[in-house]
Amino acid sequence: MIDITASALVAQVFTGLVLGMIFVLLAIGLSLIFGLLTVVNFAHGSLYMLGAYFGVFVYGVTKNFWLSLVIAPLMVGTVGLLIERFLIRRLYGRSPDDPLLLTFGLSLIIVEGVRIIWGKIGLTIDPPKALGTAVNLGFMNFPAYRLFVIAVTVAVLVAIWLFLERTNVGLIIRAGSRDPLMVRALGIDLSRIWLLVFGIGTGLAGLAGILAGPMRGVYAEMGVTMVIESFVVIVVGGMGSLVGAVVAGLLMGQVVGLTTYFAPALAEIMVFIAMAVVLLVRPSGLFGEAGLLD
Amino acid sequence: MPMPALRSVADWVAAHPVSSFLAVFAVFPFLVPYQALATQVLIWGLFALGFNLLHGYTGLLSFGHAAYYGLGAYGAGILLAKLHFASVWGALAAGLLLAGTGGAIIGFFCLRRHGIYFAMLTLAFAQLLYFIGFHLSSWTGGDDGLRGIPQITLGFPGFPVSLEKPLAFYYFCFVLVGLAVALLKRILDSPFGAVLQAIRENSDRAVACGYDIDRVKLLSFVFSAMFAGLAGALDALRLTVVPIESLYWTTSGQVVMMTLLGGAGTFFGPFVGATAFLVLEDRLSAFTESWPLVIGAIFSAFVLFLPRGIWGTIIGGFHGRQSA
Repeated sequence: MIDITASALVAQVFTGLVLGMIFVLLAIGLSLIFGLLTVVNFAHGSLYMLGAYFGVFVYGVTKNFWLSLVIAPLMVGTVGLLIERFLIRRLYGRSPDDPLLLTFGLSLIIVEGVRIIWGKIGLTIDPPKALGTAVNLGFMNFPAYRLFVIAVTVAVLVAIWLFLERTNVGLIIRAGSRDPLMVRALGIDLSRIWLLVFGIGTGLAGLAGILAGPMRGVYAEMGVTMVIESFVVIVVGGMGSLVGAVVAGLLMGQVVGLTTYFAPALAEIMVFIAMAVVLLVRPSGLFGEAGLLD
Repeated sequence: MPMPALRSVADWVAAHPVSSFLAVFAVFPFLVPYQALATQVLIWGLFALGFNLLHGYTGLLSFGHAAYYGLGAYGAGILLAKLHFASVWGALAAGLLLAGTGGAIIGFFCLRRHGIYFAMLTLAFAQLLYFIGFHLSSWTGGDDGLRGIPQITLGFPGFPVSLEKPLAFYYFCFVLVGLAVALLKRILDSPFGAVLQAIRENSDRAVACGYDIDRVKLLSFVFSAMFAGLAGALDALRLTVVPIESLYWTTSGQVVMMTLLGGAGTFFGPFVGATAFLVLEDRLSAFTESWPLVIGAIFSAFVLFLPRGIWGTIIGGFHGRQSA
C-alpha cells in the first residue's frame, strides 16, 4: 500500500516537473522581454495559445509533428516581431503601464480572432507516434512525450544560456538590460536588439504552447490562467532574473503538482499563497535584487 | 455645437463636477435607448471612479479591481441571501466593509512592490479570490453564482420605498453615486488628495517632502476598493444574483478599459468611458458575437493614439494623465 502511494507521489512530482517546464519557458520569455524592454507582455498567454493553434494548423497541412514543433514557434515569433515593430515601439518613453495596457487589448483581439478562425470548441493534437508510448523509469511508467517536453525545455534553456553568455549579441542584451543608456552611448542600435528579444520571448511562448498542446488540449482560453501564473512565477523568481524564472517555474510546477495530489481543490490557490509568502519574506523575489527595475 | 462653445461647456463641467453629475444623471435615463443601460452606466461609472482614484490620481495601475467589486457584491449578496438579513442598508454596509477589508489586506501585499509589479500582483490576488469564491460554493454558490437575493424595499422608518421599478432603482443608485461623487471630489480637494497627485507626479519628491507615501497609497487603495465595493453591492441588488465572473479578471479588464476610454485622471472620464463601453457593447453584440475583438481593437487604438481618452481629450491639457 505504501509503495503505491510513494509511486503515485513520484508520478505527481514528475507531472509537476513537466508543468514547471512550461512555466519556465513562458517565464523566461516574459522575463527576457521585461528585463530588456521593461515591457510587461500581457499578450504572452495569448501568444502561447496561438503557438498551440499554429501547431495544429501546421500539423494539419504537413502531417508532421516535428515540423509543426519548429514552425509554430517561428510563426508566433514573427507575430511578436510585428507587434514590437509596429505597435509597442510607439510607446517607448511613455508610462511603463502603456505597453501592458496595449498588450492587454491585443490579447483580446488574438483570443477572439482565434475563436473566429478555429471556432469556439477546442482542438486536439496527438503527440507523434514515436513518443506515444510510456517509458519504464524502473520505478514507474511515464509517458514518453512528457519526458520529451522536459528534454526540449532543458535543451532550449542551455541554448539560451549559451546565446546570452557566449555571443556578442548576448553580451549586448545583458549590457542593455543593465544600462541601456551606456550601451547606446557606445554606438549600439538597441532598437534592433529590442525587436530581436521580443521575437525570441514570444517565440518561446509559442514553443510552450505547441509543447503543451498534446498534454493539456488546445483551446482559445488556454493562455488566460497560464499568463497570470507566469506573472506569479516571475514575481516569485525576481523580475528580470532568468535564474529566478527557472527556479521559480520549477518550484511552482511542484506546488501545483503536489497540491493536486494532496488537496485538489487547493491546487489553483496554492500558487498565489506561495507568492504571498515570498512577498512577505522576500519582497524582491527569490533571485531579485532589491530596487532593480522597480 | 461649435467648438468654442463645446469647450466652454466642457470647462464648466470640469470645474463643477458634482453639480454637473447631478444635472446630467438626473435626466440620463431618458437620454439613453433603455433605462436598464442608465443604471448600468451609474454602477460601472462608480466602479471606474474608484479605479480612477487609484490609477488616474495616485498613478497605481491595478489589474485586479474585480476583487473589490466582487467582494462588495458577495458581501451584500451573502447577507441578504444566506444570512437572511433583510436590509438594503445592511447589505450595502456589508459590501463596503468586505471590500474595504479586502483592499486593506491585498493592498498591504501589493504595495510591497512598485511600478509594473503592482499591476501583476493585483491581478494575481484578484485571481486568488476568484478561485476561493469558486471553491467556497456553500457561501458563494460557486460556478452557478450566488442566487436567491430577495428584492427588498428600502427601509426608511415608517416610509418604505419599493425599489422594484427600474426607474426607482435608478434614482436610488443616483443618490448613492451622487454622494460618492461628492465624497471623491472632497477627497481630491483635500491635502490628502494633493499628496496622492504628488505621488503620481513624482513619488521621490513626495517622500522628500516628508510624506509617508506607503500609508497614503494604502489609504488610497482602500478608498478605491470601497468605491468598487459599493458598485458591486449595488449591482448585486440590481441583478439579484452575483455571477462568479464578478471576481474574474475580465471584470478587472473591463473597468480598466472603461476608465482609459473615458480618460484616466479626469473626474468624468470614468462615466464617459462606462457610457461609451456599455453602449458599444450593447450595439456590437447585436451585430456580432465577436464584439470583444472590436472593443479590443478600439482600446488598443486609444492606448496608442488617444491616451487621454475621450473626456481627457475634450477638456485637453491641464487634466491630462501623466506621460512619463
